[in-house]
Amino acid sequence: MSPDPRLRFARTASALVDEDLSVALVYAEISGQYFHEVERRHPDRVVNVGIREQLLVSAGAGLALTGMRPVVHTFGSFLVERAFEQIKLGFDHQDVGGVLVGSGGSYDNTGGGRTHQAPGDVALLDTLPGWSIHVPGHADEVEQALRLAVAGAGRDYVRVVAQQNARAHPVTPGRFRVLRTGSAATVVAVGPMLDPVLEAARGLDVTVLYASTVRPFDTRGVRAVLRQPDVVLVEPYLAGTSARLVNDALTDLPHRVLSLGVRREELRRYGTPEDHLAAHGLDPLGLRRAITGFLDAGDSSAA
Amino acid sequence: MTSTQTLRSPSGYDEHGYADLPHLMSLMTGDEKHSAAATSTLDVIWVLYDRVLDLTPDNVDDPRRDRFYLSKGHGPMAYYATLAAKGFIPVEWLAGWASYDSPLGHHPDRTLVPGVEISSGSLGHGLPLALGSALGLRAQGLAARVVVLLGDAELDEGSNQEAVELAGALHLDGLTAVVVDNRSATYGLPGRIERRFANEGWAVASVDGRSHVELEVALAQRTPGQPSVVVAHVEEKSR
Repeated sequence: MSPDPRLRFARTASALVDEDLSVALVYAEISGQYFHEVERRHPDRVVNVGIREQLLVSAGAGLALTGMRPVVHTFGSFLVERAFEQIKLGFDHQDVGGVLVGSGGSYDNTGGGRTHQAPGDVALLDTLPGWSIHVPGHADEVEQALRLAVAGAGRDYVRVVAQQNARAHPVTPGRFRVLRTGSAATVVAVGPMLDPVLEAARGLDVTVLYASTVRPFDTRGVRAVLRQPDVVLVEPYLAGTSARLVNDALTDLPHRVLSLGVRREELRRYGTPEDHLAAHGLDPLGLRRAITGFLDAGDSSAA
Repeated sequence: MTSTQTLRSPSGYDEHGYADLPHLMSLMTGDEKHSAAATSTLDVIWVLYDRVLDLTPDNVDDPRRDRFYLSKGHGPMAYYATLAAKGFIPVEWLAGWASYDSPLGHHPDRTLVPGVEISSGSLGHGLPLALGSALGLRAQGLAARVVVLLGDAELDEGSNQEAVELAGALHLDGLTAVVVDNRSATYGLPGRIERRFANEGWAVASVDGRSHVELEVALAQRTPGQPSVVVAHVEEKSR
């Protein structure tokens, strides 16, 4: 099994097309290098639409209207941002299911610049009801999330990025995983943010939750582990995307939320993903600084 | 108004004929004389349901049924009137359409109206959806066809060109587009619609959009290996 998340997605998607006659894969050139064989085996169910993203999404929805389970793939920027109305009307308004798989994330392609970065994908999908959103932090989780999504009948988005954690955790939609408990704040690490968070939190008296599926958001789980009403969210896309859900979980409590993630301002720099993580404050050093600042502010206001 | 024989459809609703459409539409518009004749899509939709498609209230859930996608969701009175006439929905629904409690809106919603296959209103979505459905039917070995109705001005939307090109390239002969041309596109050019589809390998027919015979012949035609388009010319939209 491939250790590369995107290649693992392609292999898993191909296997699902082989295994299940109701699965169709539509893509728009991107990742085509991985799909040639499965496309030769199943030309009716694996379709490259060319560089036509509006059509890509609508064709997926049209397949779903005939009872098939579409897997729809290109870079997240073109899938969710460019073709957003097609998602809203093709899937939600028609009330059909499907699995969208966006690759590239917020900073896989730093050399490519803004055009190939989609830090707003989850926030955009979050304007629509009923999407399950998976942010796997490991190639194994990519395979698990995709298999779960395809086996279901709902609307799923799988965000496949290059950055991953050293080890995988089981994908459990609707339930976050408690990795560490502490008596101060609770840190929710989303997908590939887990390893940087664990490194940043070393020696801090905090609880760490791991979320690889962020919609549905496990508000009950967050609530259950809370020792202090202080929550730090660390998301590998637009900062604050899940903050409303944390607030919803704590409406009856005075609470504090620190939202860390990709900054809203366009970063007009190239370089490496590591450079961008540092620029957004999402490397262990930046996270450590932000989390300790948040803990200290809580202590001083309590004093 | 000429009254035709009223039949009982399998779903239990009264079934009506073409001559009843003006009256059915007047239940929505309150205007018996003009609205039917002024509705550019009336004859196309009627001929499809009456003479072309294998689609009845009895088989709306059958995977093998033909599909009709109204892409141009604007002005759906003729569509609702036809669905009522053919027994998909009760005639009583027509009065009070677009009110809060009515399932019939100014743009149709497939989750609210039996027989409505797609929810439309935003232009440029129906043909790409229909292409996907034609792919789905082909992949499942079903011979059913998908007929999608567009307006000439709707073709302004670039998403249509994406679908026109791919359907031709994939030889999707289960897909038929019918373009009702009432010359409402601001920058329309004579013959451009036909050329645009022909360029991408579609079988093209150009007919009088008020002639039931011409419409039936053209819409019933399927050309192996080619998607088909019927351009239905009607009188120019009054401005």
